[in-house]
Amino acid sequence: MDIAFLADVFRRLLSGLPLTLKLAGTSVALGLLIALALATTLQGGRPLFVWLIRGFVAAFRGTPLLAQIFLIYYGLGQFRPFLQDIGLWSFFREPFWCAILALTLNTSAYGTEIIRGGLQSVPLGQIEAARACGMSPWLVYRRITLPIALRQALPSYGNEIILMIKGTSLTSIVTLTEVTGIAEQIISQTYRAIEVFACASAIYLALNFIVTRLIGWLERRLSPHLRTAPNLMPSSSPRGASA
Amino acid sequence: MIGDLALDQAGTATRDRPAAVIVEDLHKSFGPIEVLKGVSLRAAQGEVVSILGSSGSGKSTLLRCLNLLETPGRGAITIGDETLRFAPDRKGRLQRPDRKQVERLRRSAAMVFQSFNLWSHMTILENVIEAPVHVLKRPRLECVAEAEALLAKVGLAERRHYYPAHLSGGQQQRAAIARALAMHPKVLLFDEPTSALDPELVGEVLRVMRSLADEGRTMLVVTHEMAFARDVSSRVLFVHDGRVEEEGAPAAIFANPKSERLRQFLSRTRTAG
Repeated sequence: MDIAFLADVFRRLLSGLPLTLKLAGTSVALGLLIALALATTLQGGRPLFVWLIRGFVAAFRGTPLLAQIFLIYYGLGQFRPFLQDIGLWSFFREPFWCAILALTLNTSAYGTEIIRGGLQSVPLGQIEAARACGMSPWLVYRRITLPIALRQALPSYGNEIILMIKGTSLTSIVTLTEVTGIAEQIISQTYRAIEVFACASAIYLALNFIVTRLIGWLERRLSPHLRTAPNLMPSSSPRGASA
Repeated sequence: MIGDLALDQAGTATRDRPAAVIVEDLHKSFGPIEVLKGVSLRAAQGEVVSILGSSGSGKSTLLRCLNLLETPGRGAITIGDETLRFAPDRKGRLQRPDRKQVERLRRSAAMVFQSFNLWSHMTILENVIEAPVHVLKRPRLECVAEAEALLAKVGLAERRHYYPAHLSGGQQQRAAIARALAMHPKVLLFDEPTSALDPELVGEVLRVMRSLADEGRTMLVVTHEMAFARDVSSRVLFVHDGRVEEEGAPAAIFANPKSERLRQFLSRTRTAG
């Protein structure tokens, strides 16, 4: 084993890590906001919106992320004069922003479905209890429905975040030099694909290990009610209650 | 003893007191099925009204209408000084009442549910302070102090930092009662509060409810607990087929039922008392 070579590869690959993190972090954060908005709108049940959102989700879940990145960067490049006219060319000219757009739309489609499932799992009785004490619809949503739904959705959402981190590797197709992009460059120079991809994979593995831990920590922190009781004492009887 | 006391109240005092709840000619349909066919009732301040009836009689719907969890098709509801009137529009459709008015009315009519419906992601202390802090916009510290006193009163002081999932059904229902009390409601609505409980847990909830009745709180209780209806309530309503079939002091209702329906109902549930 060529330790010196591996160390050099690691060093070079790690220089792409900030870009990988930027791509994943931005798209996950923006995607979550969009997913929240779309899932909430779905709950509202207005036929036109429901129809549009379902179409969006179907399109972005049903096609490969690779094709989406490709279409947004190269496909929209075909419409350069039009994009220049409406002043969006400076955005679509940049592979970074095209990648962000593709990743964000993709993760927001999945996220919408995940959060929709969470919202539907909230027991109706708890929502009724909130309405029954005079909460406005928005207050019910903010204080009761959403917190319960997000806790319910968190494990699946963690899965989606991991998929997005790995998904950033596809942006190398639009010339981005994130971890995988750099790996491809090194391979074209050295023809040592196995070692280089093994190193790149190790980086993704470490990254996702940390993310998994963080989500696990968040899950335990947010859901103490799903853990076992602090201590199980015999039930207390009501005091100050006369028979 | 308490039964006699309640009887006296029903006979004299409560009649003269101002009304806490007035329901006039309430109608409610689900699709083609008319569940409430014109129910009227009046509960004076401090009165405990038990609502009896077999399943499907409309008694739970009546209670849910009082809190506007169901929107009545016709009639009027007055709680305190807030009156909501309902009438179908010209096309016969249900009219949505004004949301702000509904929310105001709900603040003064606290509901205790059969299935407790505590918010699962909050400790019971958080459950109790939630609405006072966010709906009534009262200072948090004040609410916490009051919530702790309320939880002590229902015997859950040392469990205040527990989550609902970690409590027995009886404890959850007592916490739900504390949550209702924290709103300082003009009337407490109980929708079969003990029906989802194991038999050995029913007593602890009924004891809390008795103590509330003794404090002179206005309560409307849909229940199958005949002993509670007989001993604690100042008046009993028997609902059958969407109407109030019979109403009166518990002693009269249980000893001399006038309608055949009530006689049948009582004979079926006699053993429960």
